[in-house]
Amino acid sequence: MTPAHVTVAGLTIEAQTDDGSTLVIVDDVSFSIEKGQVLALIGESGSGKTTIALSLLGHVRPGARIVGGSVRLGDQEITALDMAQLRSLRGNRIAYVAQSAAAAFNPSRTVMDQVIEPALAHRIMQRPAAQAKAVALFGALGLPNPGKIGERYPHQLSGGQLQRLMAAMALITGPELIIFDEPTTALDVTTQIGVLQAFRSAVRDLGTTAVYVSHDLAVVAQMADHIVVLNKGRIREAGTTDQILHAPRDDYTRTLMAAARPVPTTGPAESDTARPLLQVDGLTAGYGKVDARGVPAIPVLHDLSFSLQRGEILGVIGESGSGKSTLARAIAGLLPPARGAVRLDGRTLPPGLAGRCRDQFRQIQIVFQNADVALNPAHSVGEILRRPLAFYHGLRGTAADARVAELLDRTRLPGTLADRRCTDLSGGQKQRVNLARALAAGPDLILCDEVTSALDTVVGAAILDLLAELRQELGIAMMFISHDISTVRAICDDVMVLYAGHAVDQGPRSAYAAPPSHPYTDMLIASVPEMRTDWLPDGAGALALPPIGGIDDSAALCSFLPRCPSRITGRCDRAFPPHRQLLSGNAILCHLEEHELRGSRQHAEAR
Amino acid sequence: MTPVSALRWTRRLPLSGRVGLFFVLFWALAALVGPLLAPYPIGAFVDQNVFSGASGQFLLGTDYLGRDVLSRVLLAARYTIGLGTGAALLACLCGTGLALTAVVSPAWLDELLSRFMDTLISIPSKILALVMVAAFGSSLWLLLLIAGITYIPGNYRIARALAVNLNQLDFVAVARARGEGRFYIAVREILPNMIHPLLTDLGLRFVFIVLLLSALSFLGLGVQPPAADLGSLVRENISGIAEGAPALIVPALAIATLTVGVNLLIDALPRGGRRG
Repeated sequence: MTPAHVTVAGLTIEAQTDDGSTLVIVDDVSFSIEKGQVLALIGESGSGKTTIALSLLGHVRPGARIVGGSVRLGDQEITALDMAQLRSLRGNRIAYVAQSAAAAFNPSRTVMDQVIEPALAHRIMQRPAAQAKAVALFGALGLPNPGKIGERYPHQLSGGQLQRLMAAMALITGPELIIFDEPTTALDVTTQIGVLQAFRSAVRDLGTTAVYVSHDLAVVAQMADHIVVLNKGRIREAGTTDQILHAPRDDYTRTLMAAARPVPTTGPAESDTARPLLQVDGLTAGYGKVDARGVPAIPVLHDLSFSLQRGEILGVIGESGSGKSTLARAIAGLLPPARGAVRLDGRTLPPGLAGRCRDQFRQIQIVFQNADVALNPAHSVGEILRRPLAFYHGLRGTAADARVAELLDRTRLPGTLADRRCTDLSGGQKQRVNLARALAAGPDLILCDEVTSALDTVVGAAILDLLAELRQELGIAMMFISHDISTVRAICDDVMVLYAGHAVDQGPRSAYAAPPSHPYTDMLIASVPEMRTDWLPDGAGALALPPIGGIDDSAALCSFLPRCPSRITGRCDRAFPPHRQLLSGNAILCHLEEHELRGSRQHAEAR
Repeated sequence: MTPVSALRWTRRLPLSGRVGLFFVLFWALAALVGPLLAPYPIGAFVDQNVFSGASGQFLLGTDYLGRDVLSRVLLAARYTIGLGTGAALLACLCGTGLALTAVVSPAWLDELLSRFMDTLISIPSKILALVMVAAFGSSLWLLLLIAGITYIPGNYRIARALAVNLNQLDFVAVARARGEGRFYIAVREILPNMIHPLLTDLGLRFVFIVLLLSALSFLGLGVQPPAADLGSLVRENISGIAEGAPALIVPALAIATLTVGVNLLIDALPRGGRRG
């Protein structure tokens, strides 16, 4: 057996808390990686995975310190190095790829300048040589137009492209060890797949040893040879990827696996054909001035129509920028629609906030994604919950206190939380308070805007269970907005797929289980990583699309045309696609006939 | 607040905060009861010598006209602290109030208020004071008003910038979607989250106003002789600098400890408004 390339032995890291006590954040962690292998550190937030990854760079965050153990790269002890020695190591022999590439690039310099900076800083290469190597890396990472992309500025590039450029920056010095810290967590699934492919082929081709930090087992399964499962700073289980995926030994690993694949729940069976609770007709909304035809200057949503029965959950899915959140804001009245009507219980709602009566406000409650900014940090949990009680129901004093206790109990929060400020709570607890506030109003419809996206898998799964239970017991209808099609398919009765503000695919959940569906839906489904190691196809992530003649920008065409793998010259580039009702029950916006779409799903899956 | 809880609150402050609290309380006390303790009348010429040092008769010596420095500092502290606090409160209450109004109001009112503040900020404070004093004659109320108005736009700018950012946050959107009125959103959702920076601003305005008042006194527009504020004590005794006269050093130290104390205390206040 060859000696390990990276060895971590008995690593223990402590941090000082605000009240002066010490907290062990990494507890006696040992693992080793052989040269050219990829090791994944997996765990929830607070598991110490990033702290361990940073310690490989010889870095600990302010307030924390390494109290024991060793970190060795080759035969060098990293914990024993001083600042100058570490500086010559970082970005040279060890490189780091951070989670948010958008925040890691300097917006005022071209990407080429930034990508070759490590090579120049360590005096490894002259500028022309470094630029040539960068261009080669851009090509290897599947970036479009590798020769020219370096001249652009970060704001001109997409998140997925920046993440690849960040990898190019890490690889430019030919490091022995590269650390990926949740590099695809902030990306859409459709973007993630290409970035993962690019990372994997680059790391394999160069024979670099890599550490991949993530909370997502399915993503890790594509990348890693070995997996270390962490919880609260301790190693729960370590083994090869196949062993962890197929024969997990530890209970915690099994919990993680279970949370990653939510179990489908069913709603109330009653098929209530009476008046729908929410009916949306021809909704068009956006920002800027509205023209004579009722189209805003920057349209976000185009002509959406759907309805929602009492006690039903409608899933709205799409990637960032598809208009999902705008839809919730338009229904809540925060963004008055330019055209179209929203009917609640048969009555047409006034478009904006002005003119809605207090009871209409009460019926629709909105729950935002990020509980950190959705809860006022100046108020205690009790104050936050008491306000809607007083505002809608006139509850005060002991009656309100009793109801607050009941709400906390219903959302599985300890009653003692009422006096605490929400800044003291964990992410999952905050999201529960966020839900409890919506429940306090006694609503008929809750608009859930990505409520689980910012949470760890296990915590998010618990929130999903809570939502299903609330719908079951209280009969509250929900609009569940998400970018994760597996979550949506698990809890929703109906699903609407948004692409660039168009509802490209609409139908009952069952219709999504089998083809055919809209090519974009196929792409979304095919992009969700599966828990097997051979899921991710090889290649640099750039997939070839069927060629299409010059697209006429002036005409209104299918919005998915530029990315569609099933597009057909002569049909798709002529006119706006028609609404098409499929046999399985979904309505799609596509030129293709049903039998042609069947082929497209197989095409997407074969990739 | 009971004495016990006040004591506990004091104990939780960091050392710098306790030092600040000590100076603030010391000067507040001096302003309240000091003039009663003053050994001599404020304008009385009690010494044949000028700039004499500390002695049993004159604890802090005498000034450039042979008046008792202790008595004058005690009285000047009352003017400085009274005017400074009053004008700083006036500036911050008006500035913050208008800023909150601007942020939760329709765009045209925000525009109108902001442009009005721009106009106000472009008037030099000393010229404004000159015109006002010429028109109405010097009085304490007029000084308070001038100092207050001069610093409204600055506070307005800061408060508006803070409130605009807070107004974008989701908890405000939730409150709006709940159907809350503008007043509730401004006072209960936005204001509590900007208290801490606003208190810092209040401390800063207080220091500015103390400086403005001494500048006005220098022009003869401020507190009228024989009364004086701390700034004018420094200015009138400036010729004593060569001999290091207490008449110059004591009021200078008074201004320093007062302003530094106020800022130390405010910086040490617990974060998050009403926490604790």
